[in-house]
Amino acid sequence: MLEIKNLRASLEEEGKEILKGLTLTVEAGKVHAIMGPNGSGKSTLSYVLAGRGGYEVTDGGATLEGRDILAMEPEERAAAGLFLAFQYPVEIPGVGNMTFLRTAVNAQRRTRGEEEMDAATFLKEVRARAKELKIDAEMLKRPVNMGFSGGEKKRNEILQMAMLEPRVCILDETDSGLDVDAMKLVADGVNAMRSPDRGFLVITHYQRLLDHIVPDVVHIMVDGRIIKTGGPELALEVEKNGYADLIEEAA
Amino acid sequence: MALPQAKQTATEERLAGLNLPAAPGWTRPAREAALARVQAMGMPGRRDEYWRFTNPADFISAVPVPATHHARQKVPVFDGMDRVRLVFVDGVFDPAASDDPALAGVEITRLAEAQDQDIHWAAELYGALEARGQSPVARPLAALNTAFATDGVLIRATGRAEKPVNLIYQHESETSDAILHHVIKVEAGADLTILENGPAAARFNKVMEVDIAEGGAFHHVRVQGRDHDRRAATHIFARLGRESMFKSFTMTANGALTRNECVIELAGDDGVAHVAGACLGDGADFHHDDTVFVTHDAERCESRQVFKKVLRNGATGVFQGKILVRPGAQKTDGYQISQSLLLDEDSQFLVKPELEIYADDVACSHGSTSGAIDETALFYLRSRGVPRSEAVDLMVLSFIAEAVEEIESDQIRDEIVERLSRWLARHRR
Repeated sequence: MLEIKNLRASLEEEGKEILKGLTLTVEAGKVHAIMGPNGSGKSTLSYVLAGRGGYEVTDGGATLEGRDILAMEPEERAAAGLFLAFQYPVEIPGVGNMTFLRTAVNAQRRTRGEEEMDAATFLKEVRARAKELKIDAEMLKRPVNMGFSGGEKKRNEILQMAMLEPRVCILDETDSGLDVDAMKLVADGVNAMRSPDRGFLVITHYQRLLDHIVPDVVHIMVDGRIIKTGGPELALEVEKNGYADLIEEAA
Repeated sequence: MALPQAKQTATEERLAGLNLPAAPGWTRPAREAALARVQAMGMPGRRDEYWRFTNPADFISAVPVPATHHARQKVPVFDGMDRVRLVFVDGVFDPAASDDPALAGVEITRLAEAQDQDIHWAAELYGALEARGQSPVARPLAALNTAFATDGVLIRATGRAEKPVNLIYQHESETSDAILHHVIKVEAGADLTILENGPAAARFNKVMEVDIAEGGAFHHVRVQGRDHDRRAATHIFARLGRESMFKSFTMTANGALTRNECVIELAGDDGVAHVAGACLGDGADFHHDDTVFVTHDAERCESRQVFKKVLRNGATGVFQGKILVRPGAQKTDGYQISQSLLLDEDSQFLVKPELEIYADDVACSHGSTSGAIDETALFYLRSRGVPRSEAVDLMVLSFIAEAVEEIESDQIRDEIVERLSRWLARHRR
């Protein structure tokens, strides 16, 4: 579903290479986790895939259901089915959460040549999904992420994901800044979305999120590459011994 | 003191085309005094400090620059609201197009018909607040207005007005040169909302004097737009009594040249004055100037100035804002923010924020910024599938939100935001 082949990318301004030939395939219905120490390029990978400015892809490529996403604008990638849950969701004063969600849902539908969702259906859908994530009506009315706690921001990301129904979801350090209860809510939201035709790429620093979102495949990323791939047991190994042994082993 | 020759000449040229009304009635002394002020001050010139950022030439020329009249909007702003409409066409009141001005708790009289009526409260106010507002900074266009206004309304609220009064300014003639003067008195405990919209004329000079008695409340929402070529110089002079409230918001889009001055005097303790504005400027032929002067002359008053300008394609925005805290105005809470969102490198924002404080127990803050669109937020919106152009529109609405939120009525605020969204969608590039 999501195929990344020998991807190389640098910071545009400094020319510093961050991704150094990364290859990875996320199949439909599977949850892949990427773990790695700070500075290994995990967040850069998510940004490059989602189309954030400031990076230059120098080699390799990435496709979503066979389509070259790197050639697309960020909004086209979203419409093609890619979703990135941000590590630091952005606050946007003066724009209501509902307005934002509805604009996004309908913009994607328009891009795909589908009919827009009418206001009543949209409201019903949002309310149902917000309820599952314990997001109250007050939060929906507030400006995007304004005055939200860390946990509320992450739940809001999952709400967006639920409304946009992407094919591939990338979760960038979604566990950062969450207490156990908040993490469980977020994980439940993600698990509810697992389906045979959807793939997940869960980027995390710690193993604990993977207790709640159990991955099918775990990759260890170091210095811009995948150095080891395995099952969920790999995450436990990292938790126990840290990354040092794995790095040594790969070297 | 004699005026410099150039100013003298400019003033004579402007005055040559103007006549005091034939039967000014009780306005005569105020008009004659105002004319004397104009002759003493002279018309504004490029060298005047107060006009450093805005060229007044088009305001003082003998004849106005012709302005193409654009077809009226199919659905005018505020149309969905229950309100009393008072329509002026090229600066002349049009009774046929207006509603019956009967409104419980409010007396409305047309200025052009009031001059031979005995209206004491108006006789005391006409030109009086304007005259007070001439110090410490001269505002000659306002004095010119007091002297030569041909029409306007006198509105006195004695209770809680059940609906807003909407002053609608239609523009038809390409060379119209309108001078309107409104006088508003909000009596103790009364509550009045004034709405204003429409381009008015090729050249529009308007003064609104607002006197708010103890415990009174005055709300003002104005939409300036539509005609690209029109020139407008407007003044609001407000005086606030004890525990009274003044709230004014102005939305501006289009217009070759706009200078909106707002002069507020907090004269009684515990008054609250908020003045806000948002403007959208597109093109090198757009110049918008907000000039605000708030004087705290009583204790525990609160004032807020919130001005946001979105500028692109060479548009110019100006903000001159001052908070003056007089001796004894203790516990003053003054706030001023002026910001611009520059959507390209051709546009400019010229700012002069000023605080002048003569009391020792006050909290006053001011800030001014000029910046480009936040790329991180833009990427966030785009990553959710919102196309760049739509995402920029959302960021613009986000940017001006603090000003728009100064509108108290949800209904009016929603309509303004809705219209802004449509304006932005039409002006996408």
